[in-house]
Amino acid sequence: MCKCLGGIEVHNYFNELSAKLFALLKGNEVLLSVCEGEESDFVRLNQNKIRQAGSVKQQSLQLTLISANKQSSARFQLRGDMQADFEHAKYCLQQLREQLPLLPEDPYLNFSTQPQNSTYMTENRLPDAAQCIEDIMQAAARMDLVGIWSSGAMISGFANSLGQFNWHSDANFNFDWSVYLKGDKAVKQTYAGFEWNKETLQQKLEHAEHTLTLLAKPPRNVEPGRYRVFLSPSALQEITGLLGWGGFGLKSHRTAQTPLLKMARDGVILSPKVNMVENHVDGLTPRFTKTGFIKPDHVTLIENGVYKNTLNGARSAKEYSETVNSDSEQPQSLYIEPGTLKQSDVLKALDTGIYVSNLWYCNYSDRSHCRITGMTRFASLWVENGEPVAPINVMRFDETLYHMLGDKLIDLTQEREHFFDSSTYESRSEASALLPGALVEDFQLTL
Amino acid sequence: MNLSEAFQHIIHQFKEVAPAVDFWSLRLVIDQQESLTVRQNVAQPPYFAQSQGAHITLVHNGAAAYAATSQLDRVGFKTAIDLAMRWLHASQAKMVFDATSVSRPTVSGSYASEVAQPWDGMSLSDKIGLLQDSNRQLKLHDCIVDWQAYLSHRETQVLVLTSDNTEIKQSFQYIMPGLQAVANVGSETQQRTGGGWGTMRQGGLEQLQTMQFPTVATQVAEEAIALVNAPQCPAGSMSLLLLPSQMMLQIHESIGHPLELDRILGDERNYAGTSFVTLEMCGNYQYGSELLNVTYDPGHKAEMASFGFDDDGSPAERTYIIRNGILERFLGGAVSQARTLLPGVANARASDWNRPPIDRMANLNVEPGTSSMQELIGGIENGVLMDTNLSWSIDDSRNKFQFGCELGRVIKDGELKHIVKNPNYRGISATFWRNLAAVGNTSTFELWGTPNCGKGEPNQMVHVGHASPACVFHDVQVFGGD
Repeated sequence: MCKCLGGIEVHNYFNELSAKLFALLKGNEVLLSVCEGEESDFVRLNQNKIRQAGSVKQQSLQLTLISANKQSSARFQLRGDMQADFEHAKYCLQQLREQLPLLPEDPYLNFSTQPQNSTYMTENRLPDAAQCIEDIMQAAARMDLVGIWSSGAMISGFANSLGQFNWHSDANFNFDWSVYLKGDKAVKQTYAGFEWNKETLQQKLEHAEHTLTLLAKPPRNVEPGRYRVFLSPSALQEITGLLGWGGFGLKSHRTAQTPLLKMARDGVILSPKVNMVENHVDGLTPRFTKTGFIKPDHVTLIENGVYKNTLNGARSAKEYSETVNSDSEQPQSLYIEPGTLKQSDVLKALDTGIYVSNLWYCNYSDRSHCRITGMTRFASLWVENGEPVAPINVMRFDETLYHMLGDKLIDLTQEREHFFDSSTYESRSEASALLPGALVEDFQLTL
Repeated sequence: MNLSEAFQHIIHQFKEVAPAVDFWSLRLVIDQQESLTVRQNVAQPPYFAQSQGAHITLVHNGAAAYAATSQLDRVGFKTAIDLAMRWLHASQAKMVFDATSVSRPTVSGSYASEVAQPWDGMSLSDKIGLLQDSNRQLKLHDCIVDWQAYLSHRETQVLVLTSDNTEIKQSFQYIMPGLQAVANVGSETQQRTGGGWGTMRQGGLEQLQTMQFPTVATQVAEEAIALVNAPQCPAGSMSLLLLPSQMMLQIHESIGHPLELDRILGDERNYAGTSFVTLEMCGNYQYGSELLNVTYDPGHKAEMASFGFDDDGSPAERTYIIRNGILERFLGGAVSQARTLLPGVANARASDWNRPPIDRMANLNVEPGTSSMQELIGGIENGVLMDTNLSWSIDDSRNKFQFGCELGRVIKDGELKHIVKNPNYRGISATFWRNLAAVGNTSTFELWGTPNCGKGEPNQMVHVGHASPACVFHDVQVFGGD
């Protein structure tokens, strides 16, 4: 296998390996083959020094054998040696074949039977990661910087024995960091993309340095109560991230487990300013699902505050007689339409209240009523008469979404911020979001 | 080729290309998992996953670096070593600590989970049949709108080999069963889980009985129905009786994470956060009431994070972390101990071969006290019993928390009363444990934990064990839903 994971060689390797497996099928058997991999550099920084630096190369193959309305799946790591990988895959295939007779029929078996091929492959424009780390450490020479650099190639492939082949590969970086003043007072920033620009990083760090001067003021203790707040796009991302946990999935809706149940059942609406779309076409994730369906360009989730559509994975779609429009039933490319508030007018519109730069550790305190609790974090500021006065010590909120983005939402910002998910559980995420900020009144702080 | 021969073959390939550095270690991981679920009486597709790979750590001239690969042959190791060497070179004189100051593993040894009834001792058909029987018990009423039972098994083999010829072999087996019933009336939905849902144990199928799987299925459904029709949890300052199914979360979030040395040292400030605890508190800080005794205990064989050695190769042994309410020791592995010059425990752990070890909790337990369950309840004038964690949120210093449970029961004048829904409570770690008023005896003691503790950059999800008796806290802010 080639050293460059994003290259044409690994595309061909997956194609060849899948074809060899398809040739082993018997009778009416159908095989789905999914390949995922990454070749990543991870550098962890603390105090603007290296804490842990390393590289990870991993590739997996998932096989799903289908026969007589039954299915079974197995996943294993590819080694990159065709003979060894083929033998391993052949062994898995035989194991799956022996298991199928022991299983009952699967009424919700659902996979694409109309082949649609696609290839998305970008040029790797990343510089040497070690040079980027050098740039970072130089630019943050005076700072207490802590964070994670992740970069490299990522691949996703799908093939089935019906003749479908889909490929998605790109190479990107995601630098996610905080600059600390002291204690828990810090500025959180990110820089992600496909091409590294040292000047962009320097501008961001200069902005962080400026914000740190505000954080140097004595922090204000805010008493529990209701406050006028501005939720930055980053803060709103924490809210929508939690909302994605069952909020939009077809299964969670049909089993009454969605936190948006009141919207679905009782006709409760959010503010008409709220429009949410799963924007597959502008996202970074593959356009094909692990069962071979091609995602639509857009799925409107909430329109003018009214619940519109669910995200439907293959299995739920079959169970509830809907069309597949998602892989995971969670937003991977969530876009919220902008409002009318100019970013330059935010402090003036906030007047007196809290500029919430970041939220943290959100969870449901009453799921049926979409009531969410969480903490403020990083550079959240007390604002008086449109002027930032002091950082606040962290506060807990406990508020329903039906207030936050409902009757207590004053406006959303015209400008939006693009987020590239820096999550790296098991492998690097390719989820993204484009979100505005939100000006909210009577936001409840509790502790 | 058996597993031992496979390991030896891989080691041989690695040694052919092992670099000339001050120190290297090789951690090989072979992990297999099988997951079976029946939902709404329909068997979901079974899933079999196997992962195998190697994590290579190099130390030279004060710097350390790693590379991980699934290509376990000479070519794959050579490529990985070249990548690690590149990062080793880039890290020279730029690391936050001197890697040569870290003590190296010197003790070879082995560990294996105890298994009385092997996973393969029950056929696939019988396992699915067991799950289907459970489903029939869970669908007790029309208001049960979703229900499922699952049963999973995981087997992990880990071998650590160092350039000093230290060799550690560990073999783990885990059982993960679970039952869930979801009840709905109008726009109100409540879930109840049991039979091991959300946790797991080391061992074989014999663990199912102690996790009440699937015997508790009918009770799970009955309580889901009761919850959806129950009044809201009362609000106010009152006593709180936490069962081990919630003590698990309380220990995890407000003792375990704050005491992790890498958090105190600032490594996690960009992600999981820092800690309200400082290094100076070691040996003198009143963490809780004198009833609070917390141990790092890798010796409970069925508890999920029991082991003989951590992933850096440090031998594990039971150690008091908090004794009679006083903080005695932090949770930090060999690297953190070298950085702080403080004693720690063997808790440098990695989620898999593709991630480096960092400070994790392993098994962190509250030791039993002397009170029976009847005595715990009898000592409460006005309070709520809370069972099974549902919601968790805590600040980045691990101080201000708010937790919720699946099921609450009002306690009045020393007697258990009716079920209440949406039981929540909030508090501050630094003061909450000082309100620990009673600790249950061994009859209330249960093994819990979570397979899904997220931390680290790059992110890692690991399993941690928390065993605890039931405990009573006074003067807690309790409340319900809307």
